[in-house]
Amino acid sequence: MLNNEIFINIIRFIVLVLTQVLLLNQINFLGYINPYIYILFIIVFPFTGNKSLLIFLSFILGLIIDFFLDSGGIHAAACVFIAYIRPQVLKYSFGISYEYNTIKISNTDFIKQLIYVGSMVLLNHIVIFSLEIFNTDHLLLLLKSILFSSIFSIIIILSTITIFSKKTR
Amino acid sequence: MQQIIFFLIRNKNFLLFIALFSISIFLTIQTHSYHKNKFVNSSNAITGGIYSIKSSITDYFNLREENKILINENTRIRKKLESYKNKVVNQNIDTSSILSKYSFVSAKVINNSFSKTKNKLTINKGKRDSIQLDMGVITSKGIVGIIDNLSNKYATIQSILNTNSQINAKLKNAKHFGSLVWNAKDPNIIQLIDIPRLAPVKIGDTIVTGGRSTIFPEGILIGAVIDFELTEDENSQNLNIQLFNDMTNLEHVYIINNLDNQEIISLEKELENAE
Repeated sequence: MLNNEIFINIIRFIVLVLTQVLLLNQINFLGYINPYIYILFIIVFPFTGNKSLLIFLSFILGLIIDFFLDSGGIHAAACVFIAYIRPQVLKYSFGISYEYNTIKISNTDFIKQLIYVGSMVLLNHIVIFSLEIFNTDHLLLLLKSILFSSIFSIIIILSTITIFSKKTR
Repeated sequence: MQQIIFFLIRNKNFLLFIALFSISIFLTIQTHSYHKNKFVNSSNAITGGIYSIKSSITDYFNLREENKILINENTRIRKKLESYKNKVVNQNIDTSSILSKYSFVSAKVINNSFSKTKNKLTINKGKRDSIQLDMGVITSKGIVGIIDNLSNKYATIQSILNTNSQINAKLKNAKHFGSLVWNAKDPNIIQLIDIPRLAPVKIGDTIVTGGRSTIFPEGILIGAVIDFELTEDENSQNLNIQLFNDMTNLEHVYIINNLDNQEIISLEKELENAE
């Protein structure tokens, strides 16, 4: 059981990185909008899993994306940030009980999912784009990038969760 | 002592977060200065390898367009060659004396980005093809960027679409120089700043490289002026330039090797030491 879960997470890690790098970074919708799907790894990482391990894995995940995108440590910083803040986000989107019941994200109702995924994506994108643009001259570009890329990422991540969830009904 | 250890254990997540976050920020700040990011870049064997597999598949989609570009370039060069032939006919010129100062290496772009504010490209040539840092990269239509990081088989280019990039350029039919920067708004429009107020600028004028650095030879095409305005202090003017290159669709590029580079650099160093 436990081994199975580790195996699934490793596969998910690799598949998400490759999808991100080879497919989604080539989209450039309207010239500047790129969805980031790889943070799905952090979002669906087992809720009861080891928190330090998650922070460390997020760093590695972000760094690998940075290698591909030549972006220094931007994605690593954003990933570490949302991995650290995840327990708080979980608490306020699913209520205090998430740690005791082993809820699966695909079984919760849609509004809760949207709040959880939405806040994680938004926090991640705020860090990514602030670090990347890092200039008050481009404030409008910064806000536009955060808003549109977040919407795009949220849609893609929620659909991925829905498509790949096992129906328990 | 015990309390310190307890404190560390209790806050281990926070400390881990702070440590890893600081490393990331450090790596990010490094990339803000030109070719300092020795460690995190896509010119290494793994990322380069994955990108070249990707480009070996996606290249087929652009074959038609790419062939057209190559044929156009061939026609242009052939015309030039004919005109030279007509000029030098009956004159016995020692060809060894007209050796070019520059040599060119061709390469293929295996990853291109243009939607960020600090864009980089990855190409499939590296150290073993005798490419070095700070070499210029062009296509048949115009300039692309400067070599930024190297591994054995791959290299990354700092694109002209990078807010850190600054390249010397001039008006083709005047001798006024300025620097080429990018305001991160449109991947096909770039800005030429610090052109003196007296310079006669007209819409549609061609902009070429200035040749004041060892990186690009003089007269490589860049783009055409689409509009211009005086700066606030009225001492210089800023030009918006439409690039001849389509930066969103690059495939084959040439890397310029300035054969006199070593000599110029050593001479400059000597001057510096003498001062």
